[in-house]
Amino acid sequence: MKSLQGSGASGGVAIGTLKFYRHDRQLVSRRRVEDVQAELERFQTAQAAAIDQLGKLYEKALTQVGEQGAQIFEIHQMMLEDDDYCDSIRSIIERQSVNAEYAVAITGENFAKMFSDMDDDYMQGRAADVKDISERLLRVLEGEQSDAIDADQPVIVAADDLAPSETVQLDKSKILAFATAGGSVNSHTAILARTMGIPAIIGLGPEFQAELYDGKTAAIDGATGQLYIEPDKETQAALLEKQAKLAERKRLLTQLKGLPGETQDGQRILTYANIGNPSDLGAVLANDAEGIGLFRSEFLYLESQDYPSENEQFQAYKSVAETMAGKRVIFRTLDIGADKQVDYFHLPKEENPAMGMRAIRICLTRQEIFHTQLRALYRASAYGRVAIMFPMIASVWEIQEVKKIAAQVRAELTASGVPFDEHVELGIMIETPAAAVLSNQLAKEVDFFSIGTNDLTQYTTAVDRQNQDLGRFYDPHHPAVLELIRLTVENAHRNGIWAGICGELGADLSLTETFLAFGVDELSVAPASVLPLREKIRSLNQSNRQAILDRYLEVR
Amino acid sequence: MKQFTYVITDPVGIHARPAGLLVRTAKAYESEILFEKDGKSAGATKLMALMGLGVRCGDTVTVTVTGSDEEKASAGIEQFLKDNL
Repeated sequence: MKSLQGSGASGGVAIGTLKFYRHDRQLVSRRRVEDVQAELERFQTAQAAAIDQLGKLYEKALTQVGEQGAQIFEIHQMMLEDDDYCDSIRSIIERQSVNAEYAVAITGENFAKMFSDMDDDYMQGRAADVKDISERLLRVLEGEQSDAIDADQPVIVAADDLAPSETVQLDKSKILAFATAGGSVNSHTAILARTMGIPAIIGLGPEFQAELYDGKTAAIDGATGQLYIEPDKETQAALLEKQAKLAERKRLLTQLKGLPGETQDGQRILTYANIGNPSDLGAVLANDAEGIGLFRSEFLYLESQDYPSENEQFQAYKSVAETMAGKRVIFRTLDIGADKQVDYFHLPKEENPAMGMRAIRICLTRQEIFHTQLRALYRASAYGRVAIMFPMIASVWEIQEVKKIAAQVRAELTASGVPFDEHVELGIMIETPAAAVLSNQLAKEVDFFSIGTNDLTQYTTAVDRQNQDLGRFYDPHHPAVLELIRLTVENAHRNGIWAGICGELGADLSLTETFLAFGVDELSVAPASVLPLREKIRSLNQSNRQAILDRYLEVR
Repeated sequence: MKQFTYVITDPVGIHARPAGLLVRTAKAYESEILFEKDGKSAGATKLMALMGLGVRCGDTVTVTVTGSDEEKASAGIEQFLKDNL
């Protein structure tokens, strides 16, 4: 087995034979012509025919990939009608008395170069479009039929590069996947592959050649960009399992995308995602989460060698807020300490770090760090729907002090005219038993609660969740934990605020009905768990509500 | 002659799709419509030249409209930019 690494352009898994697609890019010769007028007319006729072909491709693409995907062929038509492009071709024919093919080839190269020289990935990708239309003109001028792939059974289509028109012209039922040596993730071909739901890997490099690999069996993972030549049994099995999972997610997506998390009798519960890095945003969107219920801000601190600056943080938060396009993003402020250590914080070694200097305790002790993070978060709030959540609160005075610092940050930003959202929701994690017990008082201070069930379970039952030997003592279904959750939600509602769960328990489908009975407003889970959870919620109704409320405290 | 400036808010800048639509919109008017950025200019009916300006999100373009229907064309193009870019 041999493995090649490219860039994943369209997710999905495929195993099959590699079939190299050849462009046969003929060299265009320069010929002098006597009758310039006739040559201009040849070009005119070819241009009309090419535009006509593109019209048909547009119709074909419309049925295969819809309006968005098909638009590229309209753009190609307009490029073929572009004054500058056509003037250049005509002028070369006229001034040099040469054949139309040569004029088209030179013009195509010049315009492609203009785009590939631009200092912008997107525009560089447009060079492929110019080449594509120029090749089309050349084929018409030379009286060629465009070649289609001929295979008896579906194959992985391999090539140096594929033009958008080639991508659509291929018979979809014969394509398992695309794999190309060149190309960019922004190319229309990559976009079309994604729209058609065909796995694709691009940029496999010059080593990916027909001479070496044509006809060989290959497996591709379009998500990671990995291509395996003659994959072994284990690799095939692993990929097939991944494929089955993807198929399950796709089934859930088709059924549930855009639908609310709502029980059959109309109880609405928000299904959000937990993430720890902006690179997880793709997964959030792919799984149709309604928002981000927990964005762990630690990544910025863990990935850097020194305290991340306000601007670095601002850029990261802003891009998350923008990408989520108005959906709520709950950023949890710094939760360093305990099992997450960062050298440059120089935290003294502790006997009992889980109960030591961590999270909000660091922030309130070393306020300059906290202040910087809050400024960055408030600035990012101008670009989306930002909420801020504070971890490890145990006392009312802590949140009061936090709010004072937040007010100070807002006043500073207002004074210096920096835009921010005046209505950023402030909330706290309920992860200490103290906070759960005091939730009635705490609810008067904040806009929402989010229950962190992992720490809440460990602190309530006094069982270290990282000690493997304690497995059967660490029971997240412990009635004391469930009672604290119920109490927290009740106190939230009594004070007119909302309460969610962002710990692992949120994804435990055997508890979903219990949480609904408690009246939990939001469940935030790993991106891959969002749709299974939503499916569960939509299958429930509250008929069991009373029975659950009578039963959850039962000693097991 | 009518002139106005516009700040591009589309995240990809003047990319293929809106450029195509812009060309179509511009062709509906008699007036000559010129887009300018950093000293480079392109006619609004010329797709490749428009894309060749390399206009990105946050860039300011200056639009100059000259001709018999310049009032209407200027308003039309400004509205188009607000709606699409």
